[in-house]
Amino acid sequence: MINFEYARANDVADAVRLIARDPNAKFVAGGTNLIDLMKMDVERPTTLVDINRLPLKQVEGTPAGGLRIGALVRNTDLAYHPLVEQRYPVLASAIMAGASQQLRNMASTGGNLLQRTRCAYFYDTTTPCNKREPGSGCSAIGGLNRMHAILGASEACIAVFPSDMSVALAILDAKVHVMGPSGDRVIAIADFHRLPGDTPQRDNNLNAGEIITAVELPPQGFVRNYTYLKIRDRLSYAFALVSVAVGLELDGDTVKEGRFALGGVAHKPWRDPQAEAVLRGERADAATFARAADMLLRDAKGHEHNTFKIDLARRSIVRALTQAARGTPQSQSSKKIA
Amino acid sequence: MIGIDDGLEGHDGAHPSRREAIAGAAPTPMVAGMASSAAAQPTGDAARSAASLVPVNLTVNGKRHALRLDPRTTILDLLREHLDLTGTKKGCDQGQCGACTVLLDGHRINSCLTFAVMYDGAEITTIEGLAQNGVLHPLQQAFVDHDAFQCGYCTPGQICSAAGLIAEGRAKTAEEIRELMSGNICRCGAYPNIVAAIQQVMGRS
Repeated sequence: MINFEYARANDVADAVRLIARDPNAKFVAGGTNLIDLMKMDVERPTTLVDINRLPLKQVEGTPAGGLRIGALVRNTDLAYHPLVEQRYPVLASAIMAGASQQLRNMASTGGNLLQRTRCAYFYDTTTPCNKREPGSGCSAIGGLNRMHAILGASEACIAVFPSDMSVALAILDAKVHVMGPSGDRVIAIADFHRLPGDTPQRDNNLNAGEIITAVELPPQGFVRNYTYLKIRDRLSYAFALVSVAVGLELDGDTVKEGRFALGGVAHKPWRDPQAEAVLRGERADAATFARAADMLLRDAKGHEHNTFKIDLARRSIVRALTQAARGTPQSQSSKKIA
Repeated sequence: MIGIDDGLEGHDGAHPSRREAIAGAAPTPMVAGMASSAAAQPTGDAARSAASLVPVNLTVNGKRHALRLDPRTTILDLLREHLDLTGTKKGCDQGQCGACTVLLDGHRINSCLTFAVMYDGAEITTIEGLAQNGVLHPLQQAFVDHDAFQCGYCTPGQICSAAGLIAEGRAKTAEEIRELMSGNICRCGAYPNIVAAIQQVMGRS
């Protein structure tokens, strides 16, 4: 790990000022991903701006009936917050499906949105990786790519975004509040993360020097009909092969509104308005769900080792939509898939 | 020892500890720049001047420490290399195994993924801080009672993690214990005994 200057920020303005002093500076909150990457020499910040003192640790209701989550709220505190458990159970479930309790106790809400990929080549500084070193090539294409993307990938990068929390935020239409040198702005969650294209080094649309201050949720929380189904190589403490977050609003047997997003399959949480349109006004049954799955996966493309994920995703979508429609969400402690 | 207000507890030279025997010498004072294992691994940027030491106050197992640390020092390295509290183990050093679990302000964390400077003023409890007045913590006793370890390397982390789990009050069933203990890997496979030990302390055995 290279040397770095350590600076402690006391408020948001202070943090924005400190980060601007060094183009190679990084913010640190929980550190669960950044410190790991620093040990591997993948991240080499020359200044670390510690934002843990910032007053961004509140979860509070908004006048619009939604929720405002401070960027420094720890993952465990968010998942166990009464307002989240009662009004946004899909978010609580997704958070508890990720990492371990120790990591959730450290990781922040803002940091969870900013996780880097877990692609082994991104971590291995002896191999080419366009995300780590633009222009050097992609080792996963033609390499070991069992965990990699089936949607939205490019010739430059087939890495996936590993966050579970963000998949739930995608179907909740969350808004990301940021502050930067030119003031504050709000980014819709759908526009926050990027597809790799020819700039895979950019995971998201934050500008240089911007800091996440809060995540805001609209009122619709899908309290009755939701699920977060995560399929992985072991039953806990592993990244998703495929995960599905679902929120349904039903009128009897008919889907009034259906939202679903996939994790573990692309460079961002994958949500598709055309696939959701297939659900609208239709009967909530396996046939409808299969049509929606096929629509979402219409452009899915596998690589040497991950083609199985296309069928796995199709089945997981149908299963997750069925769980949500029945009001039997996936338990994150009992691993039996209902 | 740089800026630490209490010295290492010296061992009797005639009866060196296992750690001292392995090191081949009694503990020697550390000097600035060699204070952490991270600092001892210069990279291509070694030409950059040494990072300035940062004052940090931490309470570890009830004892206050006024420290000056290279900011790269993880809590794990601080405990093991600076404070000679080697009960906390370094397994993967990547947040994947849980051997380094300690309680920080009452919450279990991976001490390997945390720079100590980020937690100025915090209270840390390690495996060494659980027994009181020579009496084992109930979890330590339960791990003995249930043979909840074989090689023992993961055990300090398992016990600290279990202490955090019980304080959280969320796990009620064996299934929930297993899920919420999944951040602690045991390669000997003592999991059923670990769950039984935790259930004993939760009063559910």
